[in-house]
Amino acid sequence: MEFFLVTLLNSLSYGLLLFMLSSGLTLIFSMMGVLNFAHASFYMLGAYFAYQTGLAVGFWPALFLSPLLVGALGALTERYGLRTVHKFGHVAELLFTFGLAYVIEEIVHLIWGRAPVDYRIPAELDFTLFTLYTTQYPAYRGFMMLVSVGMLAALYLGLTRTRIGLVIQASLTHPDMVEALGHNVPRVFMLVFAGGAALAGLAGVIGGNAFITEPGMAVAVGSIVFVVVVFGGMGSLTGAFIASLIIGALQTFSVALDYSMLDLLAKFGVNVSKDSSLHGLWSITISQTAPVMPYLLMVLMLIVRPRGLMGTRES
Amino acid sequence: MSTIITKGRIIFWAAAVLFFALLPFVFTQSFALSMLSQMGIAIIFALSYNMLLGQTGLLSFGHAVYFGLGAFFCAHALNLVGAGKFWFPVTFMPLVGGLAGMFFGLVLGFVTTRRAGTPFAMISLGIAEMVAASALMFTGFFGGEGGIATDRTVGGRLMGISYGPQIQVYYLIAGWCLVCIIGMFAITQTPLGRMANAVRDNPERARFVGYNPTRVRWLMMTLAGFFAGVGGGLAAINYEIVTAETLGVMASGNVVLMAFIGGIGHFWGPIIGAVLVTLLQSALSNYTQAWLLYFGLFFLVIIMFSPGGIANLITLHKPVRQAGRFKRLVPAYSLSGGAGLVMLLGFFGLIEMIYHFETSEAANKAFSFFGLILDPSRAAYWVGTLVVLAAGIAMFYGATRVVKRAWDDITTELQVKGMV
Amino acid sequence: MKRKHALALLLWMVLSSLVATVTAQETIKIAYIEGLSGPFANVGEIGLRHYQIAAEAVNGRGGVLGGMKFEIVPFDSKTNPQEALLVLRQAIDQGIRYIAQGNGSSVALALADGVSKHNARNPEKSVVFLNYAAVDPALTNDKCTFWHFRFDADVDMKMQALTSYMATQKAIKKVYLINQDYSFGQGVAKSARAMLAAKRPDAEIVGDDLHPLGKVKDFSPYVAKIKAAGADSVITGNWGNDLALLVKAGKEAGLKVDYYTYYAGAASVVTAIGEAGVGHVKQVTIWHANIAGKEAADHTVAFRARFPDAKDDLYFATVRTSIEALALGIEKAKTVDAAKVALAMEDLKFMDDSGEVNLRADNHQLIQPLYISTLVRTNGKDVKFDIEKTGLGFRTDARIEGKDTVMPTTCRMQRP
Repeated sequence: MEFFLVTLLNSLSYGLLLFMLSSGLTLIFSMMGVLNFAHASFYMLGAYFAYQTGLAVGFWPALFLSPLLVGALGALTERYGLRTVHKFGHVAELLFTFGLAYVIEEIVHLIWGRAPVDYRIPAELDFTLFTLYTTQYPAYRGFMMLVSVGMLAALYLGLTRTRIGLVIQASLTHPDMVEALGHNVPRVFMLVFAGGAALAGLAGVIGGNAFITEPGMAVAVGSIVFVVVVFGGMGSLTGAFIASLIIGALQTFSVALDYSMLDLLAKFGVNVSKDSSLHGLWSITISQTAPVMPYLLMVLMLIVRPRGLMGTRES
Repeated sequence: MSTIITKGRIIFWAAAVLFFALLPFVFTQSFALSMLSQMGIAIIFALSYNMLLGQTGLLSFGHAVYFGLGAFFCAHALNLVGAGKFWFPVTFMPLVGGLAGMFFGLVLGFVTTRRAGTPFAMISLGIAEMVAASALMFTGFFGGEGGIATDRTVGGRLMGISYGPQIQVYYLIAGWCLVCIIGMFAITQTPLGRMANAVRDNPERARFVGYNPTRVRWLMMTLAGFFAGVGGGLAAINYEIVTAETLGVMASGNVVLMAFIGGIGHFWGPIIGAVLVTLLQSALSNYTQAWLLYFGLFFLVIIMFSPGGIANLITLHKPVRQAGRFKRLVPAYSLSGGAGLVMLLGFFGLIEMIYHFETSEAANKAFSFFGLILDPSRAAYWVGTLVVLAAGIAMFYGATRVVKRAWDDITTELQVKGMV
Repeated sequence: MKRKHALALLLWMVLSSLVATVTAQETIKIAYIEGLSGPFANVGEIGLRHYQIAAEAVNGRGGVLGGMKFEIVPFDSKTNPQEALLVLRQAIDQGIRYIAQGNGSSVALALADGVSKHNARNPEKSVVFLNYAAVDPALTNDKCTFWHFRFDADVDMKMQALTSYMATQKAIKKVYLINQDYSFGQGVAKSARAMLAAKRPDAEIVGDDLHPLGKVKDFSPYVAKIKAAGADSVITGNWGNDLALLVKAGKEAGLKVDYYTYYAGAASVVTAIGEAGVGHVKQVTIWHANIAGKEAADHTVAFRARFPDAKDDLYFATVRTSIEALALGIEKAKTVDAAKVALAMEDLKFMDDSGEVNLRADNHQLIQPLYISTLVRTNGKDVKFDIEKTGLGFRTDARIEGKDTVMPTTCRMQRP
């Protein structure tokens, strides 16, 4: 029971972090049709900016400053990069972000070096929130969840209750009509891109010190975030939310399952000898495959239901 | 068929054969030879990738899977020959890799090619991640961290060819490279190749005229898998070791860069890309640590300003050349070239200064930059580099206007004459 | 007669001056083949500094063979086996006959294989491979070659030392194995199982996890599992972030176990772990800055004086050992001919920071004492030196003598 509850909490906090990353990506994706390869790089920049600004002004101002900085960079990327490439089609846009991710990583190497930086959890949050049976639950994890949920609420209200939110929603589905009504659609695009980047930056601020802030952190989460977005369905925030939680739970819980095909076969009285060429394959346990599981899930989803869990269109 | 085998083409390919044969006499060093071999392999790989991206419109982020699996199968086949299990000439060993690549293209392609566009890109990425992860898990077949080592001389000496010396391996690679280029070029001329273009441009219409787009993509995928596998087999013979990195996501990303930098709109674009990228990666990394940054920026510049790649830049000038007006572009180009050189000098200097400032030991940070000694621990050098960079940018900006004017003049002239 | 005499004199003078210029000017180049760009470049850079200071030390003493100097020539392998083979060829083209590498057994295996093939095909241009950190046991067993010398202890030797120490710790009852899912991690898990069963049959192995290399972001599910299994000790071969994240997640959840690691002291791990690891993170190494004896302290001080940056720290003591061994081999062989030097290096005995060490003739593995140490705060006495200016350093728990780490070998090498 203790294990189950702890794992549930862990999966929840991981899932919520994934959602913070993927919400921005899915917004950008659905609006501009661009799968932003550099999205995870913005996450990384968020962590590094928070580290750097945190050195000067402390964690709490950095929590706001860093996403703003990342958002500004996102706006610049959209205005001077993507918009130039837009006329060459989606492949060029996608490859532009692909190359950008490459360059951002090298620039991070250049400025902060290749070793991890010492970006720490603020002392105010470095205590045990509660103890579940015997396992301590760190306060920072609770804080992460709080920020994610707060962001989810803000995003939801912002998109459904504000004027600009309605314009964004309309631009998603009817860009021409919105343009005709006198709204500046390219500016809306820029805003969405900046907003998405800022969300990723925020995830970086709170994820960077919970895990490790280092130049490989973008690559490490990059493809998982894609999985979430594709799995949840393009352009669907609800889908991304559900997908984040599912994938968080899947990755966390499958770690606990030490069963392999061998055990299953043994149940049916089949014993594979150690010399058999397939022994290696059958003896892989579910927990070993845990981190690969999301990709399998994504491939299956794309084959069965290409628009994803809650998506409305294919691409 | 008579339209395919023309006199011009025969002359062209004969010249290509001669070119490949004579290259080693120009570059005699053994390192140069291994680089040429590497280029040959990269050319096959990049061209096979372009069968997907350029010709069928499938953006794959997992093409190295077929290349890598081909390499592993070829390495195992070589080892089996070495162990005396069966006999097969080393010369045709890349075929084993090709067949393996084709098999996996057939199997995995069945899954992936049911979608096009972004979903295809994502599925290919997912499969690449899965294969890369399993390559590290199954140490039996993939050899774990050490990979599979092999020996290319297992075939013994056949007509004086043992494949021990690099020069013989070079000729093997060059031969296969030519065969593959011709093969892939021939495919573009077949109805299948034409249909692939149709599927790329408009799958609905292709379906309307009676072709199943999924089937066409699948076929192209299988064929691309074959050629990638041949490339992988040659890599196994060339390096005599195959490791999990060969089929990794990095390798898949690399071939995207090669094809795109070269130009996906032309059959021969990826050849330029493969040669250039191999050259950059091998040569540039000897001179600077920052080569990845330069490489990434170069890629971004290509995408932003010449999305058709280098091949497109060349074809743009074709009408001008034919009209004999190229001479008039020379002054403008040399002007902007000179300005660009100043700009690049300033830019490289700046980046190198930052790198040396970050990574060098504190005692002595000075380093040699094109024969100049730069010392990042002193402010004067920073100011100097920035001035050069700023001047370069200003000059280059001015020069681009001159180029644009010259270019516009010529285009209007040609338009008046009806040549464009 | 007189004329003949003069001619001989002249010839002698020319020859001797030639020899003199050769010995005075020619350097012995050592190609340092390591990832100098890309994600692992920081480790490559740090290793390069180790080689530079080691070569400077020999040169400062007057070099070898009465004045020949060592020169380290760095080559970027991009931590990729195939790229490494390419730069090996480049190094050979430049006339370099000694290469050094250590990060990544995949690269080491490729280089060992490449070197032995090259030497078989071009015996007159033989190359010797100094391995300072690649620990795959295969390099000195099934895939051993005459041209390869290893100065670090391999996975099995370290596990031998680790389990010998654990055998004396009666408090250890339940052991959990968690490793990266590739040949190194699998090797650690396998030998931990076998050796623990032999030395501590009463200790139970309550878990054996393999997770993909560098793909796990959040280790808390693994920590929950370790906790649920009731383990009191964790053995892990994890390195880099996989180790730091594991220890951090354990600390967060209040997991109270001792970590028996291979690479806790390696570049940037202590920085990333921080206080979370104090008192609980142990490592098995051939050296650390706080081992007894004046030499280790002197070398640490010298290294810090030469490279004052916090991220540069003396870690690869094997680098200095490899250069010293090469110098001794050259002196013994009285030539720089790689094949003769390799022969001379076999069965070499010499003094190192930790006492007398020797190179095994049968598989070219250096036999040296191993240390088990724990991460603690520096105290100025037995823990004088910290790591990367964190205020945390390692304190020796036990020293395992070299003879107790000798493993049987399957190596059957062919000598030229």
